[in-house]
Amino acid sequence: MNPTKEQYQQMVEKASPPSRVVQNCLWAFGVGGGICLLGEVLRQAYLAQGRTLTDASTLTSITLVALSTLFTCLGWYHKLAVHAGAGTLVPITGFANAVVSPAVEFRCEGFVPGVGCKMFLIAGPVIVYGLGASALWGVVYYLLRPLLY
Amino acid sequence: MEVVTRKGRTLCFGRPAHILHWGSVGGKKEGEGPLAAQFDLLFQENSLGAPTWEQSESDLQRHCLDLTLKKAGLSPSDLDLVLGGDLQNQCTATAYTMAKLEIPFSGLYGACSTMAQSLSLASCLVSTGCASRAVAMTSSHFCAAERQYRTPLVYGGKRAPTAQWTATAAGCCLVADQPGGPAVASVTFGQVMDFGVTDINNMGAAMAPAAAKTLLTHFQDTGTKPEDFDAIYTGDLGVVGSRLLAQLMEKEGFSMENHRDCGTLLYDVSKQRVHAGASGAGCSASVLCAHVLPQLQAGILNRILFLSTGALMSQTTFLQGQSIPSIAHLVELRASDGKPS
Repeated sequence: MNPTKEQYQQMVEKASPPSRVVQNCLWAFGVGGGICLLGEVLRQAYLAQGRTLTDASTLTSITLVALSTLFTCLGWYHKLAVHAGAGTLVPITGFANAVVSPAVEFRCEGFVPGVGCKMFLIAGPVIVYGLGASALWGVVYYLLRPLLY
Repeated sequence: MEVVTRKGRTLCFGRPAHILHWGSVGGKKEGEGPLAAQFDLLFQENSLGAPTWEQSESDLQRHCLDLTLKKAGLSPSDLDLVLGGDLQNQCTATAYTMAKLEIPFSGLYGACSTMAQSLSLASCLVSTGCASRAVAMTSSHFCAAERQYRTPLVYGGKRAPTAQWTATAAGCCLVADQPGGPAVASVTFGQVMDFGVTDINNMGAAMAPAAAKTLLTHFQDTGTKPEDFDAIYTGDLGVVGSRLLAQLMEKEGFSMENHRDCGTLLYDVSKQRVHAGASGAGCSASVLCAHVLPQLQAGILNRILFLSTGALMSQTTFLQGQSIPSIAHLVELRASDGKPS
């Protein structure tokens, strides 16, 4: 057959439909913004109950994670994510979904090799590189601090 | 007449094997698709009542084999050999199905090309007298494939527009050395092709060159052209792969107007949110058995080519950055020779 790998790559790019960027962005903005708005409503509600700012923020995160876990287990979260994309991925609810979904999926392989080992299959890298980045920033901050103050 | 004549890479059978009976089984999404009425058996629950998806897929195959044997009035012990495969690691879906049957079995892995692969081999064995009754059987299960190749089912990911939906389906053909049912006139085994596609969400693009290569080989070996056939069915190229196949064949001077792709037939691509169409070993298997063979039996189609296409990567090779090697096997089928199946 005639085409080279490079020529075939060009054919593939032409033949493959692109993502619907505008539509995807609107969904992500709407749903992601909605989740953040819910977070703000929760935070204000906790503040109105007389909680401190730190406690209200922590309780908001806990509530959002709990809701995401519930909706993941009920099989609703991924149905919303099909449309929302980054809108459901980026907020803390997306992180909860990434941890809970492997736990649900692999529970049939036992609590240790299934749930235990595979729970952080997707979210693991976020924790590893998140902690790595914070440690690195800690060193940078330690070196910069005498110059800043 | 010679039992088998080799023309290039194509094996032409002087005494063709016949597909006496066949069976097709599908899951929920297949039951909502345009071919629903043509399936023998559809399940509303993709679990089929089993505790794991892997066992559900084995059950899917067991039902498919059972109903095919029931149509034929045979029991498993009447079979000389079962050739089958699936998408699970180590072909376990088929192995567990066969564990209950106590009959000879050879497991095959050709990814989504397994139906044409098993049918080709069964036809070779039956045509040459190595077996008088053999079964070619293949399945895939969306949920078992997702957890093996991609992400957990309830993970909130967004699919690429080029991604395809693994069929929850199985197909089974009873191939025998007696007349009745569509005949397997010739087979062409494919070669592995790798055009450097690395996108696991664009399998159609990875597999199109393999389909084109096998088709070109068959046309060259037999002196035929696309117009000589009522239809040319490919396995699961989907929308993107079908487009690329047409372009590749056009460059070689062939028009593919009678091309149909099982991946675009199984689901309503515009309404069922399957993006570029269906995929999976069960896609071509079930479309062959639910849609194609009945048309050959009824004389609506007289002569067709059936190719199943397979992407031969694993999750490991994909993560290691290797491109996706692909293969396509071809079976030439002719209409029933009169005796009703």
